[in-house]
Amino acid sequence: MRQVYLDYSATTPVKKEVLDAMLPYFTEHFGNPSSIYGIGLESKDAITNARTQVAKLINADPAEVFFDAGGTESDNWAVFGIADALKDKGNHIITTKIEHHAMLHSCEFLEKHGYDVTYLGIGPDGRIKLDELEAAITDKTILISVMMVNNEIGTIQPIKEIGAIAKKHGIVFHTDAVQALGNVPIDVKDMGIDLMSMSSHKIYGPKGIGALYIRRGVKISNYLHGGAQENKRRAGTENLPGIIGFGKAAELAGENFAEHVKHCSELRNYLIDEVLKRIPNVKVNGSMEYRHPGNANLTFEYIEGEAMLLMLDAKGISVSTGSACSSTSLVPSHVLSALGIPVEQIHGTLRFTIGDFTTKEDIDYVVECLSEIVGTLRGVSSVNSKKGW
Amino acid sequence: MALYNDKVMDHFMNPRNVGEIENPDGSGTYGSPVCGDMMMITIKVDNDVITDAKFKTFGCGSAIASSSMATEMIIGKTIDEALAITNKDIVDELGGLPAIKLHCSVLADHAIKCAIYDYAQKNGKTYAGLEGFDPNADDDDEEAIEQ
Repeated sequence: MRQVYLDYSATTPVKKEVLDAMLPYFTEHFGNPSSIYGIGLESKDAITNARTQVAKLINADPAEVFFDAGGTESDNWAVFGIADALKDKGNHIITTKIEHHAMLHSCEFLEKHGYDVTYLGIGPDGRIKLDELEAAITDKTILISVMMVNNEIGTIQPIKEIGAIAKKHGIVFHTDAVQALGNVPIDVKDMGIDLMSMSSHKIYGPKGIGALYIRRGVKISNYLHGGAQENKRRAGTENLPGIIGFGKAAELAGENFAEHVKHCSELRNYLIDEVLKRIPNVKVNGSMEYRHPGNANLTFEYIEGEAMLLMLDAKGISVSTGSACSSTSLVPSHVLSALGIPVEQIHGTLRFTIGDFTTKEDIDYVVECLSEIVGTLRGVSSVNSKKGW
Repeated sequence: MALYNDKVMDHFMNPRNVGEIENPDGSGTYGSPVCGDMMMITIKVDNDVITDAKFKTFGCGSAIASSSMATEMIIGKTIDEALAITNKDIVDELGGLPAIKLHCSVLADHAIKCAIYDYAQKNGKTYAGLEGFDPNADDDDEEAIEQ
C-alpha cells in the first residue's frame, strides 16, 4: 500500500546526509567534549562546527547558540530563566493563547507561584494585534513571548514589529521558532529577538536535540544545573551525535531554503485547491498570506476528525487533527478555539503538513482518498448540510 | 499497534444498520456535535419486539462502532431486553474500548433508551427499564459510565 506522510510539523525523517554525519560520533569519535585529551578535543571541535552551522541559519554569533534537549526545554528555559533572573524587576509575562503547551503550561505553572500572565488573542487571520500587545505592557512586564509560526494553523506572527515594541519598552523578547526554523527567513539581529527556541527534528535532524538562542547580554538564569557544559549555561554531557546531526540539518536547511519553500508551498496550494474543488463544505483555517509553506489546516464540516484520521491511516496516509476525540485530554484544539472556530467544526479539522519528500502523486492520492472518506463519513453522520448542525 | 481492536475497527469501517427508517415507531437523538458525538437512532417495533433499527452518528471511530454494535444488539430483542442492555454490554461485545473512549458507548446506550422512550410515549406504554430515565439528561454525566 502507498504510504503518504503529511505530518511534517509533527516530526520529519532524518535525512541521509544528516545520519551519515552523525554516525561516526556514536562509535569512532565518541570522546567526551569536556575531556582535554585528543578524542575529547575532537568532539569539542565538532560541536563548535555544529554551533556555527546553526548560528548561520539564524544570523546569530555561534557563542549565542546553546544546545539543549529540544523545543520544550528551550521554552521552559526561556520562561523560567527570565522569571528568575528578573524577579526583582517584575512578575508579569505577556504571551499568546496559541502558544505550544511547552510555553502555556510553563506560564500556568508560574501563575501558581505569584506571576501574572497575559494571554493575547488573535484576529481572524491568526495574528496577534500589536496595539493589544503594547497595551498589555506594564512596568512589571519582564518577558514577551510570541511564537514565530504556529504549529497548527501555520500562521506567521509579525516578529520584527514585536521585537521593536519589546525593545522600545526594554522588555526581553522570546520567540518559539520550532516550526519556523528552515521554513521562514529568520534573522535574529534584524528581528530584534533576545531568546529563541529551536528544535532539530522539525528540520530533518534527529529528535532530542535543540537549542536556545540567547542574545549576548541578555540576563537569564540557568535551567539545568550541573557541569560547565555550554559555556556554563546548560549542564549535562553534550548529546554529541544529536548536536552534529542538528548542525548538519541546519546547514542543509540553509542551502535548500528557497527550493524547500517553493516545493512545499506549491504542493500545499495544490492540495488546498484540489480539496476545495472536489469536496463541498470545506473551510481553510488561518491566513494564506502569512503562512508556513507546508501547512494546510482544513475543516470538513459535519464529520469528526479522528474518524477521518483512522480511515486515512487505513489507506497509509498520516495526518493530524484538532479534534478533542483524538487527544488524551478530550479538549479541542486551543489554537482553533482562539481563532473563533465553533467547537463542532474544530472536531472536523485536519492538519496536513507537506515536506521535502512529498510528491504531486502523493497529493493526488490523498485528495482521492479524502474525497471518498469524507463522502462515507457524511453518509453515516447525523448532521449534514441540509439539516445543518 | 492499533488504537482500536479489530472488532471495533470492523464496526467503524463497515458500520451495520446505517440510515434512517421511514415512519419509525420510535426515534431518539443523543449527544451534540459540540461535545464531539451525536447519535440518532430510529426503530421499528412489532408486538414489543424491535424488528429493525438504523442509526446515524456524528463522531469518532469508537462512537460509530458503538452505534453500529448497539443496533445489532437490539434488533430481534424485546423492548425489555433492549432496555436491559448497558453501555458495558456494548463495550464487551466490541471486545473492549480504550478507557478514554468509554463515554462513546454511553452515547449508544442512551440513544437506544431515547428511541424506546419515544416509542413508549407515542403508544402510552410504560417499561420498568425506563423508570427514572430522562431523555434530556446531561450529555457528559461521567457517573453514567459503567467501568
